[in-house]
Amino acid sequence: MHLEDLADKAAEFRAEEAAVEQEIRVCVAASCQSSGSVEVLAALRQAHPDGDQSCKVKGVGCMGLCSAGPLVAVADKGGELVDSILYRDVTPDDAPDIMGSVRGAPVERLRCPTEQPFFSRQHRIVLENSGIVDPVSFKGYVVAGGYAALLQAIIELTPAEVLHEVTTSGLRGRGGGGYPTGLKWSTVAKMPSGQKYVICNADEGDPGAFMDRAVLESDPHRVLEGMAIAAYAVGANKGFIYVRAEYPLAVERLRTAIRKAKRGGLLGSKIADTEFSFEIEVRLGAGAFVCGEETALMASIEGLRGQPRPRPPYPAESGLWGCPTLINNVETLANIPPIIREGGDWFASIGTERSKGTKVFALAGKIHNTGLIEVPMGTSLRDIIQVIGGGIPEAKAFKAVQTGGPSGGCIPERHLDIPVDYDSLKTLGTMMGSGGMIVMDETSSMVDVARYFMEFCMTESCGKCVPCRAGTQQMYGLLDRVARSQATRADLSLLEELCEVVQATSLCGLGQTAPNPVLSTLRYFRHEYEERLADASARASASRSHQDE
Amino acid sequence: MPLQQSRPPLPSADKRWKLVNATMRRNGYAGHALIETLHSVQDAFGFLDETSLRFVAASLDLPLSKVFGVATFYHIFMLKPKGRHACVVCTGTACYIKGAGALLEGIQERYGVDPGDTTEDDRLSVLTARCVGACGLAPAVVLDGSMIGKQTSDTLIAQLEELD
Repeated sequence: MHLEDLADKAAEFRAEEAAVEQEIRVCVAASCQSSGSVEVLAALRQAHPDGDQSCKVKGVGCMGLCSAGPLVAVADKGGELVDSILYRDVTPDDAPDIMGSVRGAPVERLRCPTEQPFFSRQHRIVLENSGIVDPVSFKGYVVAGGYAALLQAIIELTPAEVLHEVTTSGLRGRGGGGYPTGLKWSTVAKMPSGQKYVICNADEGDPGAFMDRAVLESDPHRVLEGMAIAAYAVGANKGFIYVRAEYPLAVERLRTAIRKAKRGGLLGSKIADTEFSFEIEVRLGAGAFVCGEETALMASIEGLRGQPRPRPPYPAESGLWGCPTLINNVETLANIPPIIREGGDWFASIGTERSKGTKVFALAGKIHNTGLIEVPMGTSLRDIIQVIGGGIPEAKAFKAVQTGGPSGGCIPERHLDIPVDYDSLKTLGTMMGSGGMIVMDETSSMVDVARYFMEFCMTESCGKCVPCRAGTQQMYGLLDRVARSQATRADLSLLEELCEVVQATSLCGLGQTAPNPVLSTLRYFRHEYEERLADASARASASRSHQDE
Repeated sequence: MPLQQSRPPLPSADKRWKLVNATMRRNGYAGHALIETLHSVQDAFGFLDETSLRFVAASLDLPLSKVFGVATFYHIFMLKPKGRHACVVCTGTACYIKGAGALLEGIQERYGVDPGDTTEDDRLSVLTARCVGACGLAPAVVLDGSMIGKQTSDTLIAQLEELD
């Protein structure tokens, strides 16, 4: 398949649907599915008058506002989400009304305004097809311009030119670390040719994060396209996608997408009659958080226990089965096709000085609009939470926002005006992480939150190195004492000391960052710890005086 | 030339072993297919017993200790049979903030089982998950494979009561 063939194909697919003017789009991503969108889709198909070619009912990916699901949008063909008429909390009984409204007045009782900031303030690059394109349709992706970037890369550009574009774009790893993607690719590309691998890290383990899930379920072909471009640039011919087994829908859609892309001649051997061949295999995780760490992930692909190993050597030099391996996160790879299509300079014009492009965030917890948003880097936290997220429900007061999962920290009200990028979050003692944002209101106790995350790290520790295995256990014990108001001041200082030791001496990221939630809550909410200590000493002296009597 | 290892016979005439065998064959009986194979055993039988672990170890030519190590390392693999119904309570951060703890307490109060255990009549297994990615529907529960969101202790117990 050549670029012209792809354009012909896209035109052919478009012609098949030339009569379609309006689309009724039903979200069939996991969140809306669990609120019953499959039944809504079936009811709409049934209500659809036979022979009406001008209106098409189709399943699409995530539209973002998960808490209002099932979401249904009525839009002009190929139109943007913000220009559509959006309905929320739709039930199968609403299908005839929605169908009847297609060329008439909207069904006001179900309306979900798209002028609200939640939709209008977003800038969609990674999610540009999400909510518009049918995730199981190869045709839909091609019509939306898909795979043109891959063909452009392998036919018109040399691997070095692809690397140049990615480096110019300033894209940094979206999995949390923020390592420059261009640099990572160049390291693998520089290794002597031979067997190399590309791995897509879709082991989205951070509790409270569901960005990668949405991308995989809404636009799986784009991840494949990104991987193939990466493979071309670094000289790999085999790829693995490591997905959590907890995401069965994502696994199913990826497998379908791989099959269809192969049949379409866009994966497999000698793509577009070039020397470039690339195969992708899906590998399932098995419920181990530590497998999000790259060396542990590779061990798991090799069929071993998911335990990390010391770096260096980095995977770029010696990775899967000892071969040079490129590991990128889902969202990073999903950014690649637009970078090739529009150029690295275009991408670099979005975002801040040192953090380019956009970032997808998953808003959850005590916030009005739970769901997915994509905003340019540098948007302030206050904007994200108060304006786009719609603030805190039930007129409660905001207390903190937790970013970065179990490796991150909590940010209090007074720091809400900082722009969100990799570096500024670090100065606040937290990190970007993969993009989960959990909002807490005045009713949440920060000591309990710290204990929750420590319990998480304790059970998820793989047990290989002592500081993490024993340290998380001890820190959990101390936090539990604080939470139960049984701790002394000495316990608290022991806890702080342990935090430093575990941070400095653990083997991998899990242990090194496990103390972060404790340190950041101590930094901003020390008084909550102090209050529990006060309780403890009051109780101790009460029982002492009781004994004295 | 290394001697071609003979594959062990299927443990019984149960057709499900053929599914397991098919997974291993598709991966060329390579040792790195271990996790995939264990997934397919669990999909077919619901849990991993000693027979299946021994069969997989012999088929993939791996030490039993290694197979057991992998099976116990990953949370998803169960070495005990589940009850007739499985209720997985998500304890991800969003669900935690919105009251997953209260759901587990409610279950404990009504049925006397803790996460990881099964009621004595084998009716219900209670499990927890580290985020099922449905944070918009927090607190979320996966009941017999289908997701139910925005639960309270009362609504969840009501649904559990309806199970046979």
